[in-house]
Amino acid sequence: MAESNIDRGVRALRDRKKHYSIFSLARQARNYHQGWQQAWRHAEPKAEYDAIIIGGGGHGLATAYYLASVHNMTNIAVIEKGWLGGGNTGRNTTIIRSNYLWDESASIYEHAMKLWEGLAQDLNFNIMFSQRGVLTIAHSEHELKEMSRRVHAIRLNGIDSDILSPEEIKKFVPIMNMDQNIRYPVMGGFLQKRGGTARHDAVAWGYARAADDMGVDIIQNCEVTGLRRQGRRIVGVETTKGLIKSRKVGCVVAGHSSILADMAGIRMPIASRPLQALVSEPIKPILDTVIMSNAVHMYISQSDKGEMVLGAGVDKYNSYAQRGSFPVPEHMLAAAVELFPVLSRLRMLRHWGGIVDTCPDASPIISRTDIDGLYFNCGWGTGGFKATPGSGHVFADLIANDRPNDIAAPYALSRFETGLLIDEHGAAGVAH
Amino acid sequence: MARKTNIRANRNSHQAVSIDSHAPISFTFDGRTYQGCRGDTLASALLANNVHLTGRSFKYHRPRGIMAAGAEEPNALVGIGVGGRIEPNIKATQIELYDGLVAVSQNRFPSLKLDMGEINSVFSRFFPAGFYYKTFMWPASFWMGYEHIIRRAAGLGKASDTHQDPDRYEKRHAHFDIVVVGGGLAGLNAALQAANSGQRVLLAEDQHQCGGWLRSCDDIAIDGMAGHEWADKTALHLAEMENVTLLPRTTCFGYGDHNFLTLAERVTDHLAEKPAHLPRMRLWKVRARQVILATGAIERPLVFAGNDLPGVMLASAAQTYLNQYGVLAGGRGILTTNNDAAWHSAFALHEAGCLITAIVDTRENPAPAVLKQAAALGIQTRLGAGIIAAHGRLHIARVEIAPLTKTGDALAGEAEHFDCDLVLMSGGMNPVVHLHSQSRGKLKWDERTYCFRPSTSHEATQSVGACNGSFEPSRGIKEANAAALKAVKANGGAAEALDLPDIIARKINYTPMPIWQIPSGLPAGQGGKAFVDFQNDVTASDIQLAVREGYHSVEHVKRYTTTGMATDQGKTSNINALGILARERNAEIPAVGTTTFRMPYTPTSIGMIAGRDIGGLFDPVRVTPMDKWHREAGAKFEHVGQWMRAWYYPQKGESMEEAVHREVRAARQTAGLLDASTLGKIDIKGPDAAEFLNRIYTNSWLKLGVGNCRYGLMCKDDGMVMDDGVTTRLADDHFHMTTTTGGAAGVLDWLEEWQQTEWPELKVYLTSVTEQWAVATLSGPAAQEILNAAGTDIPLNNEGFRFMSMREGHVSGLPARIYRISFTGELSYEINVPARYGMALWTTLMRAGKTFGITPYGTEAMHVLRGEKGFIIVGQETDGTVTPHDLGMSWIVSDKKPDFIGKRALARQAMQASDRKQLVGLKTKDPKQVIPEGAHATLDPDQPPPVDMLGHVTSSYFSPNLGHSVAMALLRAGHTRMGQTVYFPMLDGSPPIEATITDTRFYDPKGERLNG
Ligand SMILES: Cc1cc2nc3c(=O)[nH]c(=O)nc-3n(C[C@H](O)[C@H](O)[C@H](O)COP(=O)(O)OP(=O)(O)OC[C@H]3O[C@@H](n4cnc5c(N)ncnc54)[C@H](O)[C@@H]3O)c2cc1C
Repeated sequence: MAESNIDRGVRALRDRKKHYSIFSLARQARNYHQGWQQAWRHAEPKAEYDAIIIGGGGHGLATAYYLASVHNMTNIAVIEKGWLGGGNTGRNTTIIRSNYLWDESASIYEHAMKLWEGLAQDLNFNIMFSQRGVLTIAHSEHELKEMSRRVHAIRLNGIDSDILSPEEIKKFVPIMNMDQNIRYPVMGGFLQKRGGTARHDAVAWGYARAADDMGVDIIQNCEVTGLRRQGRRIVGVETTKGLIKSRKVGCVVAGHSSILADMAGIRMPIASRPLQALVSEPIKPILDTVIMSNAVHMYISQSDKGEMVLGAGVDKYNSYAQRGSFPVPEHMLAAAVELFPVLSRLRMLRHWGGIVDTCPDASPIISRTDIDGLYFNCGWGTGGFKATPGSGHVFADLIANDRPNDIAAPYALSRFETGLLIDEHGAAGVAH
Repeated sequence: MARKTNIRANRNSHQAVSIDSHAPISFTFDGRTYQGCRGDTLASALLANNVHLTGRSFKYHRPRGIMAAGAEEPNALVGIGVGGRIEPNIKATQIELYDGLVAVSQNRFPSLKLDMGEINSVFSRFFPAGFYYKTFMWPASFWMGYEHIIRRAAGLGKASDTHQDPDRYEKRHAHFDIVVVGGGLAGLNAALQAANSGQRVLLAEDQHQCGGWLRSCDDIAIDGMAGHEWADKTALHLAEMENVTLLPRTTCFGYGDHNFLTLAERVTDHLAEKPAHLPRMRLWKVRARQVILATGAIERPLVFAGNDLPGVMLASAAQTYLNQYGVLAGGRGILTTNNDAAWHSAFALHEAGCLITAIVDTRENPAPAVLKQAAALGIQTRLGAGIIAAHGRLHIARVEIAPLTKTGDALAGEAEHFDCDLVLMSGGMNPVVHLHSQSRGKLKWDERTYCFRPSTSHEATQSVGACNGSFEPSRGIKEANAAALKAVKANGGAAEALDLPDIIARKINYTPMPIWQIPSGLPAGQGGKAFVDFQNDVTASDIQLAVREGYHSVEHVKRYTTTGMATDQGKTSNINALGILARERNAEIPAVGTTTFRMPYTPTSIGMIAGRDIGGLFDPVRVTPMDKWHREAGAKFEHVGQWMRAWYYPQKGESMEEAVHREVRAARQTAGLLDASTLGKIDIKGPDAAEFLNRIYTNSWLKLGVGNCRYGLMCKDDGMVMDDGVTTRLADDHFHMTTTTGGAAGVLDWLEEWQQTEWPELKVYLTSVTEQWAVATLSGPAAQEILNAAGTDIPLNNEGFRFMSMREGHVSGLPARIYRISFTGELSYEINVPARYGMALWTTLMRAGKTFGITPYGTEAMHVLRGEKGFIIVGQETDGTVTPHDLGMSWIVSDKKPDFIGKRALARQAMQASDRKQLVGLKTKDPKQVIPEGAHATLDPDQPPPVDMLGHVTSSYFSPNLGHSVAMALLRAGHTRMGQTVYFPMLDGSPPIEATITDTRFYDPKGERLNG
């Protein structure tokens, strides 16, 4: 039998990973695209690794990539129960910004932002990081004051942020309803020009391909069912593909963090809730930035494909079913039509939900645990996509050195005992 | 090519069961006027006018025509309507024609026939699936430029640029015993059985007439009638039954938990004149005790090179156009198929006058019956063969047909060429399992019919007929009746089985040959494009490429190639894509799996889902009983939560600052009057009411005397201040709590949660009385005199009516409760009257106070007045991270109580830390300078970012009473910094403002003015 399509991709992979470029594209075009390599190997687990990352979402894959590229740990594996990026990474609305209020937040999100800015080149994969700006709008005197507070803090932290008047907003976003007599008129806003969106799947794939290139095993369709301990030390993970040994295990499983923690006898201060999003049919460009509104409660952008991408807040109940309740999109779309009347005549094309893991203070957990060698990175809630590179980078550092660096340190689990919370609730509202 | 140009010649009026050929109507497409008939879809009318080219594809801008006849149409997307009614991306197959309809083609420039975008087609070799992930990366800064071009090229239709949708949308909630979705043969029978068993039934049908496939075929007879006649009669009968709601033009687009269905009813879209009293659409939100899905099946295309040319059509669609609309889609046709059923479509077209020159079947042994009929009609056949390529520029003109090997993987001989202007294709049937899957029902791959069928259900739901894979009409009827009986029984109804209708239908073997791609004879990746997802321009080689590159999961393939993600949501592409994926992975289809179906079944109007909750009804405005007075007085208003509150009352020519200063001065020099009705008020009653408050608030409540008031702070369980207010004991077991305006609803929720989930043993009842009371706060040295002038039976002298107490009586004859509490620091009375007397109270006080110089003041003056006193506002001085101690209010935290909410949290280590942010006062060096609220303090204004920030200004005003600015701030270790100098860098680059840290009590620090 002739060489199968898969075999061809695998054979090509045995050569060193080929660079993607306009030239390789042209070369392959001549060759009817028969010579492209597999983006990553479909690895089967080895008996033992130096470190195991549970969860093949963006954060997990980024962790593996930085473990290999920064800390030279290449005998490691990423274990994913389904397909790479199939969790929240592949479900989120991809808003990226670093204009957070508290210093601790500013420092990790800005760290991520700087990594985003060179990521396509680092990974040799176009993750379509598009800095079209994120504009947060204010609808009351109270919100204007909040905005002033945030912009002052953000600027003093050296992060870009501009206040826009209603007139400037009208120019910047011509389709926004700027009528000052509507229920919640747009009274101003602040813009982070470096904010924007990225292509979520590409982030997972780009990290996977680059990590694989350095020897990281990426194991899909393999669910972790137990954490093997010896006294107070982790020694491996039990999976649907058998026991895999390792003395360092990092859990990066977003909506399933409490379940994993439970396997180690740890109770996480996390509530898991559905978060919904939807897109319209694709239309020619009408919106060239990201808009977020806390009071009217929705956010919106337009994808490169032309779809209007919309989201709002979480459903108010705990659940592991990746679907939400209908009143949420009803309210979200009413808010959207209120601010963007043009949407009334468009149609919802797809709608979905993901399970987000939220901490009481709306900030993540990047932490060691009471079990030596077991680390958690979770609690990113509704807004962790934007942190992906930064989160992976500092988590890799934590796993490699067994101590948090300055950026990660405030996010230790112990803060729920000491009370040193990083409360982004008041500051975030719709936290994306 | 024999094309008929005359509309009438294209119509076969005897057969046209869905149109009224005597009711011509005119419409325009791309500016040209055409004629159609009442009952036409835009697609059928265009075909009747020989318009086949209807649009351009998403990526390669290839010419595209009408391929299907329903919701599955991937190609024929148009923009319709004018002005605010413009709607992009509508499937021409789903537009019911009306007189004056305006439709335009999309995604082409300058015109449909001559589209510059077609250049993409020429370079298409450089744009395989996922090409953009591999390029546009250098130099990094250019991406935004590349992206700009990509964005302009992407998108399909254009949104309206007038923006205002003139139409209205409605919502309805309803409950039914049995909901039947789909009014075809199976659905009608299920509804009939359910309705005759006395159940309350909803039957929803997507089209404007019931019947489904019965309208398109001419070989099914029921009870001696043609299928469509039986459907019309049955629908009429059902519509007349009292217990039946029959909704035509209604799409069930969502199926959620607990049999919650969402349906979109199109009320006026098909009307030329939109009656003002009707909504455009109605969203039905339905709870059903039982659901019966009878949503039919969709034909699959075949994947071969050039299968996207205009003139290549699903066989069933061509038959629909013929029988329902009397339109022949071509004059010289070829059928390519892998099953028997499609042969009958070809026969029907042939008999109606479209010369079928060949039937090409990938199987070697179709049923003898169809072979016989083909022979009788003189149609050539090519068995074990397929169309390996189709050619033509803007329309199909020629096909290449070649014999295939037994498995269909390769060619087994030379190709022949056939001229044609129509290709009918059929790759078998896909049951419409979407709603079943949305309801979390499982799917099973059927090895006999090669399609996914519903297996186990998660909800009380059953699938019947073609959507259950039962394509045989007689079987569909039986299934429908049985399902209806089962549903009736499950509902506890008495069910007597109806006699099944007498049905005569041709016996057809519906089993197709599993062939997911017709080989082209060329190596992989070469030859013409064989489309799997037509709208998104995904070809078979794109899927092969994805697999080669390691994207094996069906979800990865979908995302990498975008197959199934177009506006038809993969209705025609999913199974072919799965088949090709399985082949490439050497796996079976069920092992490869399928992607999950989610709401909506078809794209659904956003305006409809928003409904009436926009404009004035987006979030109803709350106003106080005195609102009219404020408006007439020319007040400016401020949004506070849902309320509109008077912000300040400018007099002629006054600026905001001047008005506020005048109001602030008056409240300290004579008297001010504030409308405080919006404050949250909660009535708390029950024997355990005092104990309840004792646990909620941080201070003690057990010993508060009847008639006395007390200020309280409540914390969240994390020890952070969440709300504050004055609560008064009305009786031993009865309290009146006040909350902040914005916090009222949240506080009630909070109290209820603790009462219901944590302390159910406490006997307490909570009632919101915010809107039962109107409140006027009279404040200032003249307050007592004014109140006396207004007339009250309550003695006001300071001894008889002490600060922090409440008296009940009358004011100017109105029943009133007066609370002697003060948020200004002046002698102050909060006069509460039943809401209906609010206006009377207000005008009375204004009249009585006139000679004393009474001045109404708004929320801004209220802020300044309390700012002068250093009183906090929750939500301004606090943000969920501030403890009572941080506010300098340790005095209000009891250390004697065994517990209160937040007590444990307040004992945590970080709460004791000395470097917490604490509330302090600020005096600017230049007394006239007002620091902007939100500005951040630093000790060293010259350091570069990131600046070491101490904290931020929470409130800041110019105090006209003191003649200098006053501000409060939350600063790191603030309580230890009294007298220190701090700097506030300014956003606009002006020099930092310098200020000294002080106490927060700026005005009357000893509180001597409270007694007037
Ligand atoms: C609708 C929606 C919109 C959002 N919008 C935004 C936004 O605009 N901006 C933003 O910044 N963030 C947003 N977020 C949040 C963001 O998606 C997440 O914070 C982020 O993607 C989390 O990444 P992750 O890699 O940690 O998690 P995931 O991508 O969820 O990865 C976790 C992985 O762990 C796997 N896993 C779980 N259990 C096991 C097990 N036992 N064994 C093996 N593997 C396991 C899962 O299958 C999954 O693939 C949104 C989220 C949702 C749901």
